[in-house]
Amino acid sequence: MSESHSLYNATVMDHFMNPKNVGDVEDADGVGEVGAAACGDIMKISLKIKDGRIEQARFKAFGCGSAIASSSMATELIKGRTIEEALQFKNQEVVDALGGLPPVKIHCSVLAEEAIKAALEDYLKRHPEKAPQANKA
Amino acid sequence: MPVRSAYLDYQAGTPVLPEVFEAMRPFFMADFGNPSSLHQRGLTAREALAQARQQVATAIHAEMPDDIIFTSCGTESANLAIKGVAHANQRRGNHIVVTQIEHPSVLNSVEFLEKQGFTCTRVPVDSQGFVDPEAVRAVLTDKTILICVHHANHDIGTVEPIAEIGRIAAEKGIPLFVDAVASGGWLPIDVQAMGANLLSLSPHRFYGPKGVGILYRSRRARLLGIQHGGVQENGRRAGTENVPAIVGAGLACEIAARELPMRAAHVARLQKKLWDGLRQNVPYLCLSGPDPGPGRLPTNLNISTEFIEGEGQLLRCDFNGISVASGSSCVSKSLKISHVLAAIGLDHALAQGNLILSLGKDNTDEEIDYMIETFPKIVSVLREMSPMWDAFQKGVIQSVLAPRPTPA
Repeated sequence: MSESHSLYNATVMDHFMNPKNVGDVEDADGVGEVGAAACGDIMKISLKIKDGRIEQARFKAFGCGSAIASSSMATELIKGRTIEEALQFKNQEVVDALGGLPPVKIHCSVLAEEAIKAALEDYLKRHPEKAPQANKA
Repeated sequence: MPVRSAYLDYQAGTPVLPEVFEAMRPFFMADFGNPSSLHQRGLTAREALAQARQQVATAIHAEMPDDIIFTSCGTESANLAIKGVAHANQRRGNHIVVTQIEHPSVLNSVEFLEKQGFTCTRVPVDSQGFVDPEAVRAVLTDKTILICVHHANHDIGTVEPIAEIGRIAAEKGIPLFVDAVASGGWLPIDVQAMGANLLSLSPHRFYGPKGVGILYRSRRARLLGIQHGGVQENGRRAGTENVPAIVGAGLACEIAARELPMRAAHVARLQKKLWDGLRQNVPYLCLSGPDPGPGRLPTNLNISTEFIEGEGQLLRCDFNGISVASGSSCVSKSLKISHVLAAIGLDHALAQGNLILSLGKDNTDEEIDYMIETFPKIVSVLREMSPMWDAFQKGVIQSVLAPRPTPA
């Protein structure tokens, strides 16, 4: 049997076949859902935030290999970040951590960024006093 | 323990038959002559082409071998039929009629011609993909120079009413091009009974080689070549002929015509078994196109699994040794859902959860059993990850396929 090939690199395939952090956070502090089934992509991120840091992040996704892998990687990357650090989160971090995505799939990483931001916005709407200060001590 | 697998994408390509491969072999290294050469080596190749032409003509009930033109593939055959007829007839008119669910090789050829001043009417189809012959008749004008209707649909398997459309075309004196690429080798082809003036076939769909296509053209249909140079194929298609592939195509046609009843019965039985097994074991699953039976290509199943996406299903199938295709937008390079699923009005979310399965003569019960066992597990895993499935289970959203009655 000839060697096996894959559509995506090994990291993407791993995050697709064995995704990290699948599920919903119980009593989540922030939840964000973006995308639409009709477009082929939905991502939902839920967060547990403690002492200004993301203690837990979980995802659910309706989407292709890249979408699921991007969501999985995004939740791994933001765990432990402060709110301010998480608000700086960019899709390129997901692409880099995955070792690259086909150009036509980059939008999956963008959706992951938007889902994270939506979850953070949800948290800040509930707790406006926790928004990062303009000047840090 | 043997690794289990299932190959369910035969419409994308089939293996060459051993006897076809043997028939092709001499023409690579021993009888390598160019059919246009006038010496012995050339004449040997020329004779082989003539034999292949005869085999194809016989298989599809063409009047004469010269009615067969060899191209490089089914797509080139469609391009030649459409552009060739359009250019040959442009003094008579500039209107072309197609269905909305023709193959991209047809739709994109017509779109190209529209930019050059031709006009096109795309006749809609019903929710199962059938085109109404009267709807075709209704759009014909005195400027119509070509009607294109496929024999069976590559996506959803619908078998179109070609004979009736052929009668209408003959009545109006308008050439009819039948794209039989999806159906060739699986449904009987008789160009006289169909009333087809042009018809395309793709041998690699029925155990012939890739790199060759067939265009049948009755002498009544005027056609100009679109590839210029020498005078091969009676001046219709310049270029040195792919002799080995054409030899393979001829034999594959002959064998396909002879074995068709057996092959069709075999795949039809497995098609039914597979569809029954999947729908009994996977909730919220639907079939696009007609039910298995005379209205549907016996090789094709087009299924949509609610609440999850198609490429994800395809990848997990592949990981389990199961080869399938999908019509979801994530799979297409244009990020659009299959135009066929859009035309039949399939809910867009379901169109995103789409898989296309196609059977061949070599599929076994064991492969079908393996798919029936494995697919429900794949669906479960993906549904567990899906926010849509979660929302459905909590009653936040409804199923499109089985809407729940509102609770009392």
